[in-house]
Amino acid sequence: MSPRLRWRKFVSGFMLTMTGVCAVVAVAVLFFILGYLVYHGGTSISWNFFTKLPAPVGETGGGMANAIVGSAKLLLLATLIGVPIGFFGAIYLAEFSGGTIAFVVRYAADLLNGVPSIVIGIFAFTLVVQPFKHFSTLAGGFALGLMMIPITLRSTEEFLRAVPRALREGAMALGASKWKTISTVIVPAAYRGILTAILLAFARVAGETAPLLFTALGNRFWSPGWNQPTASLPAMIYTYAIAPYEDWHRQAWAAGLVLLGLILVINIVARAILSRGIAVPRS
Amino acid sequence: MATSTTAVPSAGPVAGSRSFLSRLRDGDEIARLITFLFAASVVLITLLLVFELWQGSVLPRHKFGFSFFRTSVWDPIFDQFGALPFIYGTLVTAGVALIIAVPLGIGAAIFLAELAPARISDTLEFFIDLLAAVPSVIYGLLGVFIVVPLMREYIQPGLKNTLGFLPLFQGPAYGVGFLTAGIVLAIMVIPYIISVSREVLLSVPRDQREAALSLGSTRWESTWKVVVPFARGGIMGSIFLALARALGETMAVTMVIGNTPTISASLFSPGYSIAAVIANEFTEATGAMYTQSLIELGLVLFILTFVLNGFARLLIVATSQRGAGMGHT
Repeated sequence: MSPRLRWRKFVSGFMLTMTGVCAVVAVAVLFFILGYLVYHGGTSISWNFFTKLPAPVGETGGGMANAIVGSAKLLLLATLIGVPIGFFGAIYLAEFSGGTIAFVVRYAADLLNGVPSIVIGIFAFTLVVQPFKHFSTLAGGFALGLMMIPITLRSTEEFLRAVPRALREGAMALGASKWKTISTVIVPAAYRGILTAILLAFARVAGETAPLLFTALGNRFWSPGWNQPTASLPAMIYTYAIAPYEDWHRQAWAAGLVLLGLILVINIVARAILSRGIAVPRS
Repeated sequence: MATSTTAVPSAGPVAGSRSFLSRLRDGDEIARLITFLFAASVVLITLLLVFELWQGSVLPRHKFGFSFFRTSVWDPIFDQFGALPFIYGTLVTAGVALIIAVPLGIGAAIFLAELAPARISDTLEFFIDLLAAVPSVIYGLLGVFIVVPLMREYIQPGLKNTLGFLPLFQGPAYGVGFLTAGIVLAIMVIPYIISVSREVLLSVPRDQREAALSLGSTRWESTWKVVVPFARGGIMGSIFLALARALGETMAVTMVIGNTPTISASLFSPGYSIAAVIANEFTEATGAMYTQSLIELGLVLFILTFVLNGFARLLIVATSQRGAGMGHT
C-alpha cells in the first residue's frame, strides 16, 4: 500500500468516526436532559405537587395543582380550535380543492407554522386580550390553538393523500357519494395517521410558554371559568426557575419532569400508533 | 337545496334516482362548502396576523422610521425606542448557535444517512425526533441551572486563559450572556439540522455513490466530494430552517442571555434579544408608543423568519426533486 493510499484510508476512517461521534453527542443530549430532570425533579416531586396550590411567597411547600388544571384547560381549548380547522381544512385540501386555492392555503399554513411563538402571543394579545381588556384562559387557549392548526392541517393532508386510489375508486364505483366516500372509507383508512398528527400537534403546544406569557399570564390561585388569568405548567417553570428561592427551583424541576414526561409519552404513543398502521410516507 | 331535502324523506330509499342523486350531490356540495370555510379560515388567520402586526406598529414606524433599527436608546419614559442592541443580540446568539450546530448536525446527519445500518439510523432518528419535541422552557431550565454555572466556573475562565487575547473572550465571566445563549440555542437547533439533512442525504441517488466508489475513492471521499455536494442545496435549507428557529426562539434565550441591552464585542457580555425583550416587557408596557414598538419588534421577527423559511423550503424541495429525477433515469 502506497503511503498516499494509506493516508487516504486513514482520513476516511478518521472522518467517518468523527461523524459517528457527532451523532452520539447529539443523541446523548437527550439522555442528559432526561437524566438531570429525573435526578432533580424526581426527588422534589410529591403528592403535594399535584394537589396543593402554590405556597405564599417566602414560604416553602405547596404545589402546582392550579397550573396542572390550567394547562389542561388551555390545551382543551387549543384542541377545540386547532383540530377542527386543521382536520376539515385538510379534507378540503386533499379531496375537494383545485390547484390555486390549495396552494394558497398550504402557503398560509406553512407561513403560520414558521411564525415564532412569541409573535403568535402578540397576535392573540391584540385579538383577544385587548378587546376584552383582561388576560384570560380563553386568550391563551386561542394562541395555542393557532399553533396547532398548521401542524394538524399539513400532516392530516399527507395521510389522506396516502390512502390508496383503489379504495377511493371502489367506494365511488359502488355508488357512494363523495362525502360518503370520505367519511366512511378515506378517513377511517387514514385514522392512525390523523390521530398521530393530532397527538404530535398537541405535544408540540403542550410545552409552549412564550405565547402564554401575555395571554394567559399566570395566577397563583385557582382560575374559575374561562375569563381570568390562569397558571400553566410551562409558564410556572419559567417563573420559578428565574426566581431567587431555593424551594421554587426544586418545584420548577418537578414541573419540568412532569411536563417533559407528558410530552415524550405522547410522542412515543403517537409514533407507536403510526408504525402499526398502514404504510404511509412521512410528512 | 332546501326543497330537495324536505321532499325526499317520505320517499324513502327507493325514491326516484333523480332526487336521490341530487340529494347526494347536495351532501357533497355542503361538505365542500363547510370544509372550504375551514380551509379558508387558515388563510384568513394568517392575513389577519400580518395585518395586526402592521397596524399595531404604526406609531413607531411613522415616528422613528428606519432609525428604529439604527439607534440603541430604549427609553420608555421619554418614548425613545431604538432596537439596535436587541437586533445585535439576536444575530450574535443565532450566529454562535450556527457555528456550533452546523458541523455537529451535518456530521451526525452524514453518519445517519451514509454509515449507520438502517436499524441503528432509524433508532437514532427516533431519539433525535424526541429531542426536537423537548419544549424550549425545559432547555431554559437546564440552561439556568446547568449550563450557566458550568460557563461561569469552567468554560469562560478556560477560554479567557487560552484565547483571551481575542476581544471575543474578554471581560468578566458572568455565566449568562451571548455565548451561553448561543450554546443553548445550538443544542436546540441541532435536531432540526440532523433530521432535514439526513432526509436530503438519503434522497441522493445510489448510483452517485457507486460511481465514486468504483472510481477508487474511499468511503469518505465519495461522501464528502460527491454525496454532500449533490445534497448541498437541501443542507443549506436545513441550516436556514435552524437559523429561523434560532432567531425566533424565546424562552431558553430569555433565561440565559442576561437581559441587558448591550452591544459588545465580547461574547461573555450579557445581552438581550428581540424575542426576549418582547417576552419581558410586553405585559408591563404602558403607553401606546411602548407597546407598539414591541409589536414592531414582533413584525421584524416575523419578516425575518418568513424570508428564511421560504428560502429554506425552496432549497429543500429543489434538492429532493433533483434526487428523485436522477433516480428515474
